[in-house]
Amino acid sequence: MSRRGDWVYENNGGTCVAIAGADYCVVAADTRLSVGYSILTRDHSKICDLADKCVLASSGFQGDIKALHKNLAARELLYQHQHNKRMSCPAMAQLLSNTLYYKRFFPYYAFNVLGGLDSEGKGCVFTYDAVGSYERTGYSAQGTGSTLIMPVLDNQLKSPSPLLLPARDAVTPLSESEAVDLVKDVFASATERDIYTGDKLEIVVINKAGTTREYIELRKD
Amino acid sequence: MGSHAAGGSQAPPTATAGGGETQRTHVAFIFYPSIGIVVFAFDKFINSHGLLMLLFHTNRYPYVTGTSVIALKYKDGVIMACDTGASYGSTLRYKSVERIKAVGKHSLIGASGEFSDFQEILRYLDELTLSDHMWDDGNSLGPKEIHSYLTRVMYNRRNKFDPLWNSLVLGGVKKGPKGDEKYLGMVNMIGTHFEENHVATGFGNHLAIPILRAEWREDMSFEEAVKLVEKCLLVLLYRDRSSINKFQIAKITTEGSTIYPPYSLKTYWGFSHFENPAQGAVGSW
Repeated sequence: MSRRGDWVYENNGGTCVAIAGADYCVVAADTRLSVGYSILTRDHSKICDLADKCVLASSGFQGDIKALHKNLAARELLYQHQHNKRMSCPAMAQLLSNTLYYKRFFPYYAFNVLGGLDSEGKGCVFTYDAVGSYERTGYSAQGTGSTLIMPVLDNQLKSPSPLLLPARDAVTPLSESEAVDLVKDVFASATERDIYTGDKLEIVVINKAGTTREYIELRKD
Repeated sequence: MGSHAAGGSQAPPTATAGGGETQRTHVAFIFYPSIGIVVFAFDKFINSHGLLMLLFHTNRYPYVTGTSVIALKYKDGVIMACDTGASYGSTLRYKSVERIKAVGKHSLIGASGEFSDFQEILRYLDELTLSDHMWDDGNSLGPKEIHSYLTRVMYNRRNKFDPLWNSLVLGGVKKGPKGDEKYLGMVNMIGTHFEENHVATGFGNHLAIPILRAEWREDMSFEEAVKLVEKCLLVLLYRDRSSINKFQIAKITTEGSTIYPPYSLKTYWGFSHFENPAQGAVGSW
């Protein structure tokens, strides 16, 4: 049964992943834009560089995602003008949560992962739902392939269990290159089984030296 | 119809809890500090109350619609094509409609979907290009800017639950820092937008894009591009019920835009099964 408000949203698919390490953060997303059973384009970035140590990846409805990214980028620029410095990742995390909740009753259909370095230079990842509830974690996956990827990350990242008390820092003990290799592996696996994930993978690595980008090919079917 | 998502969109995320309990009408008010607009979350409420229908025009169905538009980049610029028909449901109401227009000096816009909304968009673009011209500063709006403007217009109308029921194709060439930069993009009625080397709306997405993906190359000549476009148009003619055999091709280059007069394609119906179809039929009628 199609509901009368159905036309306002569509799911353009895709998967986003972020992994925090001791002194780096990896944020990755595929570049496929789909609608229904069609592929609109194979080359569309879901990643937005909000600040020098803060990167946002979102999947869901692309119209809302682009509007959200624009909104946050504008707010970050205002912050720069007012505070004479760039926004830190935890500050952006709170801003994103507030921005999402502001539209609590007509949500941004965007599933976000925010990754970067916190004020101490440690990797941080924040994961969100569509209306702004968020938490800081060591790693996360969102989007159509998230259910395929999360269990693999749980298994392979050797992060301390979130159930331990006292709470331990959730960042992975893996090195940067190991984390990047793992990201490539999980996306290759997700591409096999998720029809909305594929074409190309964009990997952004943030560390002390700055931000680097890498693209690798994924299956196009 | 091709112009809106035939597959059916997914339901909004779980956070809008009303999805489960559809019987309960729920109204939430958010006051935008600067505008003071009241936003209603659940459309059930909008449709069932007459007064609100007056306040919030909900354009839920397109009436007079155009079918696919296809476009691709070639060596000198962008080529765009579509048929000249506009249907009223299953009636082919208008047969000489121009669904591709020039915008400013550098762009072409093509639209599928509700034709009156396309005319509205052309009015918006008129105002935009006029004020741009009135600045008289030597700058002119390029295709990238127009695409960005249209995306924002479409998205904002969708936010007000009053969409322009179109899929728009925006193509053009403008001199940039790296020389003549060709641009081709698409935006749909809810604001989904992207840029590509070849685009198609509606049924073209399903029938023409596979051909374009297989056969498009960088830097095609105009003749090659027209041949490829005609191949796609022919498939659409055969397989899209709402297309007609009267097409217009338009091109845009640094010299400017040209919209060619309408013409028809040759079709082939000489299949043995079509000839004398009643040959093996049993019965008196």
